[in-house]
Amino acid sequence: MIYAIASGKGGTGKTTLSASLVSIWDRPVTAVDLDVEEPNLHLFLHPEETQTRRAYIEVPEPDESKCTLCRKCADICQFKAITIMGETLLVFPEMCHGCGGCLEVCPENALLPGKRELGEIISGTAYGNDFIMGRLRIGEAMSPPLMRHIKEGLTPKPSEDIIIDAPPGVSCPAISAVMDADCIVLVTEPTPFGFHDFKLAWEAFAPLGKPMGAVINRAGIGDTKVQDFCRNAAIPIWAEIPYAREIAEAYSEGAVIAQAVESLRETFETLRRNMQAATQEVPNA
Amino acid sequence: MHEVVIISGKGGAGKTSITGAFAHLSENTIICDLDVDAPDLHLLLAPTPLTQEEFRSGNEAVIDPSKCDDCGTCAAMCRFNAIELTKEGFKVSPLHCEGCKVCVEFCPSDAIDFPEKHCGQWSVSSTRFGTMVHAQLFPGEENSGRLVTLLKQKARKIAEEEGHDIMLCDGAPGIGCPVISSMAGTDLAVVVTEPTPSGRHDLERVVKLCDHFKTKVAVIINKYDLNAAQTAGIEEFCKANGYPVICHFPHDQAMTESMVQAQVITEYSTNTASDLLETAWKNMLNLLQDNSK
Repeated sequence: MIYAIASGKGGTGKTTLSASLVSIWDRPVTAVDLDVEEPNLHLFLHPEETQTRRAYIEVPEPDESKCTLCRKCADICQFKAITIMGETLLVFPEMCHGCGGCLEVCPENALLPGKRELGEIISGTAYGNDFIMGRLRIGEAMSPPLMRHIKEGLTPKPSEDIIIDAPPGVSCPAISAVMDADCIVLVTEPTPFGFHDFKLAWEAFAPLGKPMGAVINRAGIGDTKVQDFCRNAAIPIWAEIPYAREIAEAYSEGAVIAQAVESLRETFETLRRNMQAATQEVPNA
Repeated sequence: MHEVVIISGKGGAGKTSITGAFAHLSENTIICDLDVDAPDLHLLLAPTPLTQEEFRSGNEAVIDPSKCDDCGTCAAMCRFNAIELTKEGFKVSPLHCEGCKVCVEFCPSDAIDFPEKHCGQWSVSSTRFGTMVHAQLFPGEENSGRLVTLLKQKARKIAEEEGHDIMLCDGAPGIGCPVISSMAGTDLAVVVTEPTPSGRHDLERVVKLCDHFKTKVAVIINKYDLNAAQTAGIEEFCKANGYPVICHFPHDQAMTESMVQAQVITEYSTNTASDLLETAWKNMLNLLQDNSK
């Protein structure tokens, strides 16, 4: 099963939760950090035996000797990555989404497949399990292509699970992190910002039709609007992690809180059971 | 006019709370929420919309089943695995479709439409601290960068008309598309961090991005008293790289309490914490002055 740990608002505890879940998971599990812009899971899981490879996206490389300036490539490109200035074909590789349309449409074979670096994919082991993360190259604008590279390498066996630490928000990077999951865990905090972004995330992910549950982190701060909303919308609350300075300090030291804070152990065991039960209820999922 | 954007790399570091306080402390500012994906600044500023417009950007492929002869060319050519063969024939998954037009162009039966997408809305509003430009991208949409650019253009125009001297922008988390767009034309990036491994790690990446685009940086360490060793490490990093730290803000419950009251912290409490942000704002103004010399 694939479990995605997501949230509308950033900083609500996705990584804290993902690291803790991986540390107590009772089946083989691959930890995947898909927040490639600001990956943090490795700071808590400290993967070993790491291997790093670079990932690329195909972008056009013009061969000026063959180009007749027919404009077909510039016309098909929807991303302003190709333009013709006077007698010169200009390619802006940073704008390219890698659709391959220009190469297909060019009647002169004047565009060759080149590449742009998206970033790195780092794999290793943590807590006796597989670990994989992406790290977007600084200056690279698009995270979904790097996320696709990581996801293509994931082939869950029936005896294994995958826990995805998703990027914040509800736009394309967040959706592409959760869309292949069997179950979504929405982490929030009971504050006006947390509540507002929780609703956005719920509206965004509910149409995917996947089992979804909420985790309220820092319970006790702010108000109880998230809990009220969950009750009314019949969203199960799978865990509440109380606000405590002790937890915040353990986190600030890079600790996995399910391991460092004794009182949270049972909270995370319950969360794990709730997540596993949610995917069992879906026939043939 | 000076353009300032508050960013952090890591989400939840305190960008919006600090932007709200700065909006309160400023005197002649246009306010802009550039986190178009999960905007929150409006929760503090309670904007009254003056104008509201649709954001249309990009297109998406839609297969017309009456014209489709199931040849499969589209699915074979799509690099985004957005076209699937279902019981009702080939279908485009809007979540996967990148809007590249390759399938539209190469469909031998001309069976694929390519309508423009309505992917969000944006507003110009009035708030108790001045005019605010903000937006909401619809769930799952792309083109957040284009929407950010549109908001900045709009805000610049209003700033010129109304004679503002600062454009104060709340940025998005991360270092990708919307953050990069928010940096264009920016004089100063105020980076909010926290003394945790994630806060430090994300600070280092986001300031590298600022350096990459030659944007000046000032740093605010939020919750600085949570971990003294981490705070010292961040200070050292900033000093070594020439990033001025303009504020150490404590871990203060009043931050959440003011949010619950829909107030910014400097309105809600007049304790020392508020004074710290006032000093930070003045430090920031001094940096802007120095920069423009």
